[in-house]
Amino acid sequence: MNTFDPKSIRSDFPVLSRRVNGRPLVYLDNAATTLKPQTVISAEMDYYQNFTSNIHRGVHTLSEEATDRYEAVREKARAFLNAHRSEQVIFTKGATEAINLVASAYGEAFLKAGDEIIISEMEHHSNIVPWQLLCERKGCVLKVAPMNDRGEIIFSEFQKLLNEKTRFVSLVYISNSLGTINPVKKLIKEAHKYEVPVLLDAAQAVNHFAVDVHDLNCDFLVFSGHKLFGPTGVGVLYGKKELLEAMPPYQGGGDMIASVTFKKTTFNTLPYKFEAGTPHIAGVIGLGAALDYVKEIGFEAISKYEQDLLEYGTEKLLTIDGLSLIGTASQKAAILSFTLPGIHPHDIGTIVNKEGIAIRTGHHCTQPVMAHFQIPATSRASLAFYNTYDEIDQLVSALKTVKTIFA
Amino acid sequence: MPDINELYQQTIIEHHKKPRNFGKLEHYTHHAEGYNPLCGDHLHVYLRVGADQIIQDVSFEGDGCAISRSSASLMTESLKGKPLNTAKELFNEFHDMLLKKLDPAKDPHHLGKLSIFAGIWQYPSRVKCASLSWHTMTGALEQKESVSTE
Ligand SMILES: Cc1ncc(COP(=O)(O)O)c(C=O)c1O
Repeated sequence: MNTFDPKSIRSDFPVLSRRVNGRPLVYLDNAATTLKPQTVISAEMDYYQNFTSNIHRGVHTLSEEATDRYEAVREKARAFLNAHRSEQVIFTKGATEAINLVASAYGEAFLKAGDEIIISEMEHHSNIVPWQLLCERKGCVLKVAPMNDRGEIIFSEFQKLLNEKTRFVSLVYISNSLGTINPVKKLIKEAHKYEVPVLLDAAQAVNHFAVDVHDLNCDFLVFSGHKLFGPTGVGVLYGKKELLEAMPPYQGGGDMIASVTFKKTTFNTLPYKFEAGTPHIAGVIGLGAALDYVKEIGFEAISKYEQDLLEYGTEKLLTIDGLSLIGTASQKAAILSFTLPGIHPHDIGTIVNKEGIAIRTGHHCTQPVMAHFQIPATSRASLAFYNTYDEIDQLVSALKTVKTIFA
Repeated sequence: MPDINELYQQTIIEHHKKPRNFGKLEHYTHHAEGYNPLCGDHLHVYLRVGADQIIQDVSFEGDGCAISRSSASLMTESLKGKPLNTAKELFNEFHDMLLKKLDPAKDPHHLGKLSIFAGIWQYPSRVKCASLSWHTMTGALEQKESVSTE
């Protein structure tokens, strides 16, 4: 697609025709979750209406159809990430569960007391707490790579943390509260010098540009479907085959076994070893439709348009007297976190909502980031390709109203 | 939905900017820390209660949105000099008003200025902002160290 037309794209998203407080919805909370195109909604409904059944368990027609459709999404996700083989794609409940899976299964098998795990200062709580829990269980030590005041990981500090005791690195690709795009390829390369595996939390990355696990050479990568225009309750863990194979199962149950007796259970092969129980079949099928949808638009067009929006939004927001942008990295995704002096983000959020504008206010599950900037919270406008220049103008105008109320 | 100016009335903005009884009380007899994990609002309430069960002085300090700060400020004004029993009654009335169980326009009450928070039930995510200081005050009187809205 050469000509990118947000107007025609907007009609793909039914919720964009909603009005909120008498105004057309301006949805600027895409980092929390993205909207869903009709094709995703229809795909999920199609499963419930036309071929509801369990997968991997039946010889009947519906079950075969559902199994085929479910497994076809695994192949789509493989292609989406440019992974080598589809069994490297494991369906989870979301990014959070995928990180917990790795922290538990990999951590249980390969980490021991005194081993060091490196994360960064800008992690989402979901990439902090699972490692803290592991450290408590195993006596490992969590090390935090600091960031500078633009919200960029300080590479030399990251280098200093790496040593013979480092056994795992887990990093966010794009920060949900700052928008920073981390130079993950370079960070991975550095960690690999110590033969340390690296997990990338790509929850905020997969919707902005093409992510290529082969090129990045990451060892694990996680994302959530709902931040990629897909359903909630479904996500992906990608892992290198030899690592996934060496890891013990995460949860026990149906589908993850080869055979069960009371004496001894043997486990299924990849990817089923990590997919215990009936999965979110409808969600996976919906995720497949979301992957088709972004492929059709194309990341080249998406990235370019979003970067233009980001530039416009940055410029416009900075025209507001006193407004500070939190997160000014040189490489950024279309996420604009900001503060207004003397006005709490929750008041800002409530007032702009009156004009139909949805932004997120709070700590964005990144309390250490707030602590770094010594603020309790920020307001955050996070953009997607269906947002428009006009919507940014509306936000700016609403923020001026906020300032008048607090004048 | 009501006009936004009904929520952000002049009194609220004014108490937010210049909170009354702000800062740590000297010689307090009761103290608690209140926390709203959802928005990070965080405040301390201090009370000095006499042997006669009268609130001689009360103060608060901490960070928060306009709703939580102005609510705390107005609370301290309305509690000063009141017997503990009255404070508890005021808390109950205030709480009922936030949950729309008491309509200050119709039902009898002793809320005075506090009735400017009457419309807040229309903003469910903000009810806890208005009630945080009150829960913290009650916690202090019950000798709790910290109070959380969750
Ligand atoms: C950077 C990042 N990592 C992880 C997550 C967790 O995603 P989920 O809640 O879908 O598991 C989020 C969601 O906000 C996020 O922004």
